[in-house]
Amino acid sequence: MFTQIEKLGSSFIGRIEELGRFGLFLYSVILGVFSRPFGFRELVKQIAFIGARSMPIILLSGLFTGMVLAIQFYAALVDFGAVDRMGGAVAQSIIQELGPVMTALMVIARVGSATCAEIAIMRSEQQFDALTCMAISPYRYVMAPRLLAAIVSIPLLTAIYNLVGIFGGYVVGVFLKDLSGTAFMQTVIDTISWSDLRMSVVKSFLFAILIIWIAMGKGFFVHLEKGVSGAEAVGRVTTKAVVASAISMLFVDYIASSFLI
Amino acid sequence: MTQKTAKTNTKSLIEVNQLDSAYGDRQVLNDINLSVNEGEILVIMGGSGSGKSTLLKNMLGLMPPSAGEILFDGLNICDANRSQLSKLRRSMGVAFQGGALLSSMSVGDNIKLPLRQHTDLDENTISIMSRLKLELMNLADYEDLMPSELSGGMLKRAGLARAVIMDPKILFFDEPSAGLDPVTSVELDQLILQLRTAMNMTIIVVTHELESAFTIADRIAVLFDGELVITGTVDEIKACTDSRVINLINRTPRDIQLDADQYLSRLTKGAE
Repeated sequence: MFTQIEKLGSSFIGRIEELGRFGLFLYSVILGVFSRPFGFRELVKQIAFIGARSMPIILLSGLFTGMVLAIQFYAALVDFGAVDRMGGAVAQSIIQELGPVMTALMVIARVGSATCAEIAIMRSEQQFDALTCMAISPYRYVMAPRLLAAIVSIPLLTAIYNLVGIFGGYVVGVFLKDLSGTAFMQTVIDTISWSDLRMSVVKSFLFAILIIWIAMGKGFFVHLEKGVSGAEAVGRVTTKAVVASAISMLFVDYIASSFLI
Repeated sequence: MTQKTAKTNTKSLIEVNQLDSAYGDRQVLNDINLSVNEGEILVIMGGSGSGKSTLLKNMLGLMPPSAGEILFDGLNICDANRSQLSKLRRSMGVAFQGGALLSSMSVGDNIKLPLRQHTDLDENTISIMSRLKLELMNLADYEDLMPSELSGGMLKRAGLARAVIMDPKILFFDEPSAGLDPVTSVELDQLILQLRTAMNMTIIVVTHELESAFTIADRIAVLFDGELVITGTVDEIKACTDSRVINLINRTPRDIQLDADQYLSRLTKGAE
C-alpha cells in the first residue's frame, strides 16, 4: 500500500520537477532570442526546414480536408435546401478549427519528431557540452532560431492550409456538385469575420510555441530519462514529445476556443 | 618523432582543492586535491568508473561538484558568474572523446564556428586560420565533408582542430586514444606533444591508455574508485608501491574478494 503511495508521490514530484525544468528551459530560450550574436544562418535553415519543406504535406492535407468537409456539409445541407451556404460553412470550420489544428498535427509529425530526435542525439553525442565549452550558449545558438522559425513558419503554414482547404471545398462544390462558383465565394466572404481570422492566427501562434518547446525540451533532457540510454532513449523521448505535443495542443485549442469564440 | 620536452613553469594554473562530486546519492569523487602547472601535460589516468570523466566535467564547469573548489588562475569556477565563465572558456579548448562535432555542418564550418562566434575576423581570414589547423591535423582534404563521413580517428583530430582554433591557453583532451588503432593513437600522441611545443599550451589529458599516458605526460594523476592515489612524474608512477597503481600498470584484473556467505547472498538476492 505504502509502496503504491510512494510511487504515486514520486511520480507526481517528478512531473512537477519536469514542469519546472521545462519552464526554465523556455525562459533560457527566450533569453537566447534576445542575445547576440543571433544565428541568422540557423534561422533561415530552420524556416526552410519547418516552413518550406512542410509545404507538400500542408498542401495535400489541406486540399483533402477541404474536399472531405465539403462532401459532408453538402450531404447535411442538401436536406435543408441550404447548400448555397456550403462555402461559408467549409471556410469557417477550416479557419477557426481545422486549419490550425491539422497544420499543428502535420508539423508535430514532421518537424516535432525530427527536432526532438536531432536534439536528443546532439545531447547524446556531447554536442551541447562542446558548445558550452566553446562559450556558445546552446539556447542562443541551437534553440532560439528554432523557436523563432516555428513562430514565423507555423502561422504562415496555417494560412496556406486555410486557403487550400477552402479551395478543396470549392473544387467539390463547384466541379462535382454543380454549385455556382461566385455564390460559393460570396458565402465565404460573407461568413468569415475578422474574429475568425484572429482565432486562426492566435491558435497557430500558441501551437507553434508549444510544439517546438516540447520537442526541443524533450530532446534536450534526454539524459534524464530513467532506465534507458542511447538510441532507446532517443526513441522514447521522440514518442513522448509527439504525444505530449498533440495532447497539449488540443488542450490549448480548447482553452483558446473558449476565450476567443 | 616529436620528443617530450617539459618546459613547465612551477606556477600553478589550475588548482583543485578538496573536491567531492556525486550523482544523486552515489559519491563519485572524494577529496581530490590536484594542481596543474603552466605549460605542462598532466594526464589523469584511471580505470573505468574511477571518476576521471566526472573530474573532467567538474573542471570544465559542466557539472557542479558537491564540495570543494576549482581555481583557474585564481578564479573559482564553482562560484563564477556566466560572463566570467564565458571569458574563461574562450581561453580553453576541449577535445571530446568522439569529437562532438555539430552533425548539421561540415568539418570546416565546425572548426570555423568559435571564430565566427567570438571574433570579428573576415571570412577569408577565418578560412585561412581553419585550414592552418586542418593542415596541422592532416585533415586538409576533409574540410567540406560532413562529420558522418569521417572515421573515428579523423573525428578526434577534427575535434582537436576545433579545440585549438582560438589558440587556447589550456587544452583538455578526453580519451585521445580510445577506440583507435595503435598507429593513429601514436599519431595523436605526437600531435599533442607538437601542440605543447608549438603553442606552449597547458594540456590536461584524460585517458586509461597506459602507453599513451607514459608517452605524453609530464605528470600523471592516478584515480581509483574516486580517490586520487598519486600524482607524479612517469618515473614516480612506475616506482609507486601502492598496489592499486601497480595493478593498473601491470593490467592486473581487479579481484573482488567475497566470502562464501556474501557470494551466496548475491546469487540468491531477491529470490523467495
